[in-house]
Amino acid sequence: MKLIPVPASLEERSFDQMVQPLDGGAEERALLDARRVRWVDPYGMLGLLAVGTVAGADRERPLLQLPESPDVLSYLTRMGFFEQAAGIFELHGGAKRTADAPSDVLLEITPIRSHGDVHDVVDRVNERALAILTRQLGYPLQEAFQFSVILSELCQNIVEHADAPGWVATQTYNWARRLGRKVAVIAVMDLGIGFKRSLASMHAARFGDRWSDATALEAALIHGLTRFHDPGRGQGIQQIRKLVGRWGGKLSIRSGTARIADVPSWDDAPPLEQQLPPFPGAQIGIVLPARTQPAAAPAGGAGARSAGGQKDGSSPRRRR
Amino acid sequence: MSALRPVPLRIDLSALVRRSVATLYSHLVTRPTGQALRVGIESQICELGAPCLSVLDFSQVVVLDYSCADEAIAKLLARFQRDDRPAEAYFVARGVGSRHRETIEAVLARYGLALVAELDDVGFTLLGGLSPLERSAWCALDAVEAAVASEVAERLGQKQDAIDQALARLLAQRVAVQADASRRYYALTSLLRAG
Repeated sequence: MKLIPVPASLEERSFDQMVQPLDGGAEERALLDARRVRWVDPYGMLGLLAVGTVAGADRERPLLQLPESPDVLSYLTRMGFFEQAAGIFELHGGAKRTADAPSDVLLEITPIRSHGDVHDVVDRVNERALAILTRQLGYPLQEAFQFSVILSELCQNIVEHADAPGWVATQTYNWARRLGRKVAVIAVMDLGIGFKRSLASMHAARFGDRWSDATALEAALIHGLTRFHDPGRGQGIQQIRKLVGRWGGKLSIRSGTARIADVPSWDDAPPLEQQLPPFPGAQIGIVLPARTQPAAAPAGGAGARSAGGQKDGSSPRRRR
Repeated sequence: MSALRPVPLRIDLSALVRRSVATLYSHLVTRPTGQALRVGIESQICELGAPCLSVLDFSQVVVLDYSCADEAIAKLLARFQRDDRPAEAYFVARGVGSRHRETIEAVLARYGLALVAELDDVGFTLLGGLSPLERSAWCALDAVEAAVASEVAERLGQKQDAIDQALARLLAQRVAVQADASRRYYALTSLLRAG
């Protein structure tokens, strides 16, 4: 039995800790121990499903020892985690799995397999998103409409580029200690071919030996490249980047062994990470903070550090 | 205007979505939806069998994403700018709200296209990538209904050559038309009012 400890705070920052034990491809059955989980966000939830799927590929379904915290269990229930987890894990513990609080969920964990699923997401989330973004996060109405556009484009990336299904989930939180504001968190994940393979046929030759997960992410996020000849392709992720930057948010994309991010001044994540433990597909996280003042106009956001270094993304720099 | 007899054609985008796609969608999202819209609009135009001014009505559209806008707007306009266009059609957008504008502007910019649009809070204007002089020339046409190039140049206090180039670009972008006999230029809004 291969033990995979699940971090107590399960989010983007701790995702790699959960991925690390998978490196090496052991044949034994996996046990994901989530008993000590005290906090989880949409990125963490989707990450847990993704890790479980990879850990169970071509072998017995992994075991998931559920969190002991009733609050976490209740939240997982409200987010629809157990519906998705039932086909991935053999679940243990967590006797009380009822949602004992009224649901405040923005978008439950939703599988994305087709364009029809994308329509379903937009149909379900638009009115809720408008209400929450305008009333709780202080976004002007016309900008709140763009939230559904972001979700639509992110989910379409799965359908059009991943060659595999994925999930989306989103929720608002009060980041009182970390940011002093409410935030909306969006997570979108798939276990498909990843950016490097998706772009390889069109762009790898130009990069030669430098072609890697990191250069593929830079090509997509900073330069808007895709695997299609169509000039209309690639603008979804570019426009998402522009919107998130204008709203002072954070956008990160992990694929393979690299993670690239547009990092706002309130976060200390590096703009580019390489040599991460390998993981299939793409994992996208977005954090949109509540407005404290009118939005700045330029893309990239005031004080934002971009993976591209410059606001126009013309001069990539790397950490590690 | 002998060669071009505008036939007003109002295209309700949300109605077309319902007709072209099996499932009823109130939001214009995804590429297949945009492709279906484009095909539906092209079919309507081709069935008319005459030059037409097509009104793309966004007033019932709540969410418009970039992928759908790329297929339904940018590729539609680009197709009807080409020499091998399937029919003689011009496009005007109506009911464009602030929630649509950024998306439409982005997809137009990607291809260097322009579109006459009636914005909820502004009235008729030009969206897309045109120079300040080209925009001024179009606004002059919009204000006077029709004018020859020298009248536009005089109105704007510009040299004739510069105005000739600007008007030629407006024609190429199909946001204005020129009558063969009188050589007068018309903004598409003039045709809309006439219809």
